[in-house]
Amino acid sequence: MLPLFLFLLATFIVPIGAMLGRAFFDREVAEILPRVTSELALWDGRALPPDAAYSALIEDVRAAREAGTLASAATRLNYDVAGFRTLLFATGRRLGGEVAGSPREILGAIDPKWNDLETWAVIRRAAAPVTDFYLLAALDLRRDANGSITATPPEQAVFRNVLGRTLWISGIVTLVCLLLGYPVAYFIARQPPGRAAVLLFLVLLPFWTSLLVRTVAWVVLLQREGILNNLFLSLGLVNEPVRMIFNRFAVYVAMVHVLLPFMVLPVYAVMKGISPSHLRAASSLGAAPFTAFRRVYVPQTLPGVGAGCLMVFIQALGYYITPALVGGADDQMISYFIAFYASKTVNWGMAAALSIMLLAATLALYAVYDRMVGIDKMRLG
Amino acid sequence: MRDGTDTLGQRFAAGGLAVLTALVLAFLVAPILIVIPLSFSSGSFLYYPLPGLSLRWYHDFFTSTFWLPSVWNSLIVGTSATVLATALGTLAALGMWRARFPGRRLILALVIAPMVVPVVIIAVGVYFAFAPLGLNDGYAGLILAHTTLGVPFVVVTVLATLSGFDRTLLRAAASLGARPLTAFRRVTLPLILPGVASGAVFAFAASFDEVVVALLIAGPGQRTLPRQMFAGINDNISLTITAAATMLIAISLLLMVAVEALRRRSERLRRAAAHVRVL
Repeated sequence: MLPLFLFLLATFIVPIGAMLGRAFFDREVAEILPRVTSELALWDGRALPPDAAYSALIEDVRAAREAGTLASAATRLNYDVAGFRTLLFATGRRLGGEVAGSPREILGAIDPKWNDLETWAVIRRAAAPVTDFYLLAALDLRRDANGSITATPPEQAVFRNVLGRTLWISGIVTLVCLLLGYPVAYFIARQPPGRAAVLLFLVLLPFWTSLLVRTVAWVVLLQREGILNNLFLSLGLVNEPVRMIFNRFAVYVAMVHVLLPFMVLPVYAVMKGISPSHLRAASSLGAAPFTAFRRVYVPQTLPGVGAGCLMVFIQALGYYITPALVGGADDQMISYFIAFYASKTVNWGMAAALSIMLLAATLALYAVYDRMVGIDKMRLG
Repeated sequence: MRDGTDTLGQRFAAGGLAVLTALVLAFLVAPILIVIPLSFSSGSFLYYPLPGLSLRWYHDFFTSTFWLPSVWNSLIVGTSATVLATALGTLAALGMWRARFPGRRLILALVIAPMVVPVVIIAVGVYFAFAPLGLNDGYAGLILAHTTLGVPFVVVTVLATLSGFDRTLLRAAASLGARPLTAFRRVTLPLILPGVASGAVFAFAASFDEVVVALLIAGPGQRTLPRQMFAGINDNISLTITAAATMLIAISLLLMVAVEALRRRSERLRRAAAHVRVL
């Protein structure tokens, strides 16, 4: 057991922990602009910083420009206040030439923003050893010049929308899976063993088929020049191709297709264990068939329903590939943005903060699943 | 359960249920089956009717520098990750089964976590952690990450087999003079082997279908089959991809049959073991 524990420690816990830590510990600005960082650490933030901070900034910017690291600091500061990159680059350029006067005059002449409290507050926040910047940003919140939390301006606010969309898509997919999966499980549970085995095979076949294969299938079916559009056109049902892919509809269809077996199997397993004599007893006591079903049968299936819904919802939350391939720009879920910030824009702090949101939601539901079903009861296939 | 007293409404409901089930099962299976004939088309359209039959897309697949290397990469990564995951997972399952120690539940939760934690988080974590070690853009990183993803499957299946394992068999072996290692080799291992093997099949399937980690950390030399399919769908989807899909469906069927056969074998062994004990 120890080897596995050490292995998971090295390939799972430490990497994820270190990655999540990037949401809080962000040494980039402090390392690139060390002098102004230590000056601003002493600053009370109520009035403009002392002259020492101004000259420290000039030295830092000159050194960073020489070392070629100014761009990284500028990018990070630009996350907080749009336009900071331009300010820092312009300052660097001007400091490269001849300048005269006191540090305060020099910077003020380059850009009046250097006489702004907010500008310095942004540097101080970004240079602090621990930051809540990314975590707040993931909720469309930010700190203003006084350090109090305010909402991000609407034109920059995207993340609440993404989080809400992720929950909404997962919820709809879970609901549709339940509505389709419950009757199917009920029907299979009442078949003789031989036929039930065949029907279960049909449920398991997609479960085993590669996710990519299933996505290919939906692209082939739904695309503009695809099977369904061609069929509709040749039958005269429509006059021009219907748009069925790269939208929310395609995401729902493909995700339900992938996740439906995870609903059918646990519900079926519970239904298998319910004795038909319960229903007979209910009807012998005078219950109408539907009443007996609703009051006696359904409550007994709830553990399976709970397990199935949790399984589907947890998996749906983390979906990435399916929406990326069949969805449009407005159908991408949180996983897409995590991968986007990690690999495309290399904004590690943002990727980490979004991961924290997703991981917290997943682990909370995992704990509920453990309480309800017990992870040691988990079975495959 | 049915008797002659069914009302018309009940029969109607039962009929409706059968129709609904048929429709849902068709929804599950038809999209997969519909891809297969397309891959044998002699034309290049992604719809029916087919203009004629040919193997040109398979020929295309097996002669392309885009697809063929990816098959090898998938096999190399899948096999290595399976061997590692099976060894680590089986040992861990045995350890957890043997000793009831405090925190066992927590350890189990941890071991199963890679199955539950969204892959993208694992992928990004591994991507950052492996970068300074030079493990990205190489086989080693991909194999290690896929091992992590495969381990829970092995632990779960082996634990399931062990839950039906009768500990008195080990005592019997000891009383007959077998040393612990011999008892493990001759008694425990043969009984849990089907569970180990089906865990290995699951681990292989998990690696063989994995695309998120491959997208992030595989270099141009390690692109796996799912990774290329992802690129193929995103790009201009061609019929070669349906040929690849058809072969993957065949592989899935094989793996599925293997797991079922192993499950049956495990049941038989368990019954035989119970029988021995009665004797």
